[in-house]
Order: sequence, then structure tokens, then C-alpha cells
Amino acid sequence: MIIAEQKPLEEIVALLGDARKVLVVGCGTCVTVCFAGGEKEVGILASALRMKSQLDAGAGLRASPMGVDEVTVQRQCEWEYIDPLGERLGQYDAVLSLACGIGVQAMNERFPDAVTVPGLNTTFLGLPEEQGVWEERCQACGDCILGITGGVCPIARCSKQLLNGPCGGSQNGKCEVDPDTPCAWQLIWERAVKLDRVEQLMEIQPPKNWSKSRDGGVRKIVREDLRLVEAE
Amino acid sequence: MAGEQTNGYKAGSNLEKILRAGHFAVTAELGPPQSADPEVIRNKARFLKGAADAVNITDNQTAIVRMSSIAAAALTMGEGLEPTVQMTCRDRNRLAIQADLLGAYALGLRNLLCLTGDHQSFGNHPTAKNVHDLDSVQLICMVKDLRDASRFQCGDEVKGVAPRFFIGAAANPFGDPFEFRPYRLAKKVAAGADFIQTQLIYDVPRFREFMKRVVDMGLHEKVYILAGVGPLKSAGAARYMRDKVPGMIVQEEYVQRMEAIVAGVPKEDKKGRREAWQQEGIKMCIEQIQEIREIEGVAGIHIMAIEWEEAVRPIVEGAGLLPRPTPALSAAEGVE
Repeated sequence: MIIAEQKPLEEIVALLGDARKVLVVGCGTCVTVCFAGGEKEVGILASALRMKSQLDAGAGLRASPMGVDEVTVQRQCEWEYIDPLGERLGQYDAVLSLACGIGVQAMNERFPDAVTVPGLNTTFLGLPEEQGVWEERCQACGDCILGITGGVCPIARCSKQLLNGPCGGSQNGKCEVDPDTPCAWQLIWERAVKLDRVEQLMEIQPPKNWSKSRDGGVRKIVREDLRLVEAE
Repeated sequence: MAGEQTNGYKAGSNLEKILRAGHFAVTAELGPPQSADPEVIRNKARFLKGAADAVNITDNQTAIVRMSSIAAAALTMGEGLEPTVQMTCRDRNRLAIQADLLGAYALGLRNLLCLTGDHQSFGNHPTAKNVHDLDSVQLICMVKDLRDASRFQCGDEVKGVAPRFFIGAAANPFGDPFEFRPYRLAKKVAAGADFIQTQLIYDVPRFREFMKRVVDMGLHEKVYILAGVGPLKSAGAARYMRDKVPGMIVQEEYVQRMEAIVAGVPKEDKKGRREAWQQEGIKMCIEQIQEIREIEGVAGIHIMAIEWEEAVRPIVEGAGLLPRPTPALSAAEGVE
């Protein structure tokens, strides 16, 4: 799933500027599961904004406290879930989206007259290793190689995205960049030994076709079999 | 077609000729300055001239911006030394690397060491974007194809002079997973590496174990392996290498000897301590070379005296490796 974390309150306040009325919009999918932008986080952040703006108003830093409303939709990245918000957006000076970057853009795209700013930093595609710990697993490179790396992705999990084995910095099973991060090639090696597929790692992997990744420009999938309107 | 005549050599560099002739090779390292001053290169080159068969010119080593390795290599060549250009995959994609290789060859550079590159988080631009379009194995393949097939990475033919490099690669016998390391080396050899320079060795027993695996796999017959050594400058440097440098193992003996050598020198006598350390560092390095030389499959030594180029000549001399051979009449010359 998509993992995100909340921006610092100061940054959020700066993004909202002198908006007097703000709607905080949460998302009920990935960011709810990773405790960054679900209904609960929306409530906490809305309270924090009210208190902060009240203090700031008292200190003469802003004209008046901020009026903050809250709502959480099932999925901010799908039109059908955000469309019902349209009627009420006119009454707000700004919308604070607690969705991932996709949700923030969906809101801006669907409601061009409203100012929607992000309250989260969308961080990676990953999983919770344990309660409270998330780690990256996929970079959506568009050309999955997990079938030849024992199910461990070196594109997402090797700091140098190496395809032919570990760099010289791997030690005690950890990455040179961070002693708390496992070396992806250590994991790949262990899997290969376990599955008796060491020979597979001896094959030279050619340069990756990065055009299927972000490097090829904005990616798009069109499935004619699923479209409701036929292409002209 | 391939272009220039190399008399049966792959690239015809001094280093290739020395190794092909069966001499025990000596290479050293020259770190370019963090400035645009050519005098720094020239001064360092003077210390190394005649003491090494080729000199590695590092490429933004430890991810700190320095003078370009190719430019510094050209300056080094101007001082009468043969450079080995280091090329990392961190800062350039396949277009930039190939463009630089064409330029490097046009300038007369003939040795190339293909590296992954230290992660930028260690250097002075930790917020930079890294590239890693290719990894070091893929880089070796690309350089080999340019040389042996006159082909760019995309498959297009090089029309005219193709760059012909003597291809080097690195090996770290001390990184993990240890069992993978000989295979990783085998991959680099299969990709087309002509010579290998290893990580700094401060654990000879483990290096010996690594070399045994390498010899068992027959890799030493397919590639020239130059063992990496370097003089320690102080007890602090030894501890730093032991504790802070990724992928490095330093046996306690090295730290202890460096600590012991200044036991009788008062802390205030900074000069005395420094000299004692330097002498001991050079002495240990010479001992190491003599020990490593006896290990089967080792074709030469690569001396990394980081920011201490003056130490190279006394080490090479102390190890009985001076004068360096002149390869002009070596075996492959003239052989069609």
C-alpha cells in the first residue's frame, strides 16, 4: 500500500496561509491503514489547527482563529468518492487533503476553483513490518524482476538499485547507507541459497529498461476491454 | 572498424603490458583536489612518478565533489604517468558515461576502472539524486562492447575510432555476503574485466580465504588480481577504518600496533607521534605486501595512500619493487 506521513504542523499552517475557513479531507484507504490521514488523524490535526490558529490570533500573528471542518472519504483517488464534496467546497478558503499525492491531485483536478494543499508527505509503497514500522518494498518500475531475485526487489530495496549483486558496502547483512536497513542483496543471496538457485544469480542481468519506469515519462494504462466509451 | 592498432594488446597500456609480461604490477592512487588547481595534480604526480605502473584517478571519491577524473587523468598523463580513470555509475547515465569514455580515449587515456560508486549520503551533497542507470557489471559489459564490438550500449556501431580500454573492476573480499563475493568477481570477469583491484586489505587471513575460492574457480587465470593495500596514518585512522568505513574489516593487530608505537611518545609531541605513526604505517604496509605477494593468484598490488601520495615510493622501495620494469620489450609486443 501507499505509505505516507504527516507534514510538520508549521508547514501545514504556512501552506494554509491566512485561510479563515478550512476543510480537512481524510482518506479511508491506504493512509488510514498507515495512521497518517484517516478519520482519526483528520480529527487530531483539525483540533491542532484550531488551537494553533487561536494561539496565533491571540498573539496577533493572524487576524482571527481558523474555522476547521472535517470529513473523510472512502478513497480520495476516485471521482465517485470525492464528487459529493463538490457542493460544500465553495464555503472554504482552503482544503487540506490528508490523502497521498494522488488524492491531493484528484481534488485539485476535480475542483479547480478550490485551493487544495497537501497535509501529508507521500513516502513510499511498502508494508508494515510490525506495528508502527513501515518499510519500502516497490518502486513501481513497470518491469517486475522479482521472479529472478527470489522475491526481493533490488530496485526498491538496494540503495544503488544494483541488478548484479551487492556493492562493496554491505556488511553484517546491512546496507552501507543505514545500519538498520537490510542489504537487499544479502536477502537475495539468502533466498537463492535456500531455494537452491544460486546459479540464477550468476547470470548477468543486462541494463534495465528504465523507459517503463518514471524515466519514460508519465505512465498510463489503457484497457479498451474495460472502457465504457470506445476510443475513436 | 575497431580503429587503432594495439599490437595484439587489448588496449596497449603500460599496465596491460606489465601484467601481460608477468611482472608483479604496482598501481597507486591519486585523489584529485576539491578545486580547479592543476598544480595539486602535478605535485602529487611527482611523488608517484616511477613508483607505480599506473595511477588510479578517483571519481568524486566518497561522493565528495572533486576535479573530474578524466581531466585530472589528462593532467597526470602530462606529468609522464599512466593514469587509470575511475568511473562510477552514481553520477552518470549510460549516455554521459559513453560520451566521457569517447573523450577519455581521445585524450589518450587507456585504463578504466568500473565502479558502482559510494552512496551520495556519505559525501558533501547528500541531498543529490543518484543515477545508477547501470551497475558496475553492466558498465564493464558496455566498455567491452565499445572495445571489442565497436558498439554503443544501444547496439549502434561506433563509426570511426572506438575507445579501447584495459578494463578494471573492483572486488571487496570483506563485504557481505562473503560467500557471494567470489561469484560477484566471477560475474565481473564474465562481463569482461581484464584486471581487478581489491578493497583495502587489513585482514590478510580473510583475503587468503577469498583468494583460495577465487583460485579454485580458476578466476586468477582469467583476470589479473591486484591486492589493495594502504598505509595507516595514525591509530585514529586505524580505528576509523575499523569502525566507520562500510565494507571494511580491520584486524585488531593493526590498531594495536599503531597505538603501541606512540606509547613512549608524549601527547604534546605531535610531530614525534605523527612521524612514529607514519613510519609504522609504512612498515606495516611493506610487511603486508610481502605477505600478500605469496598468495596464489595475486598479480600485483594496488597502493591506496589516501591524501598521502609521498608514502608510495618508500613502500614500493621497501617492498623491493623498484625500479619498475619498462614494458617496451615485453612478450606480446609485435605478436600479431
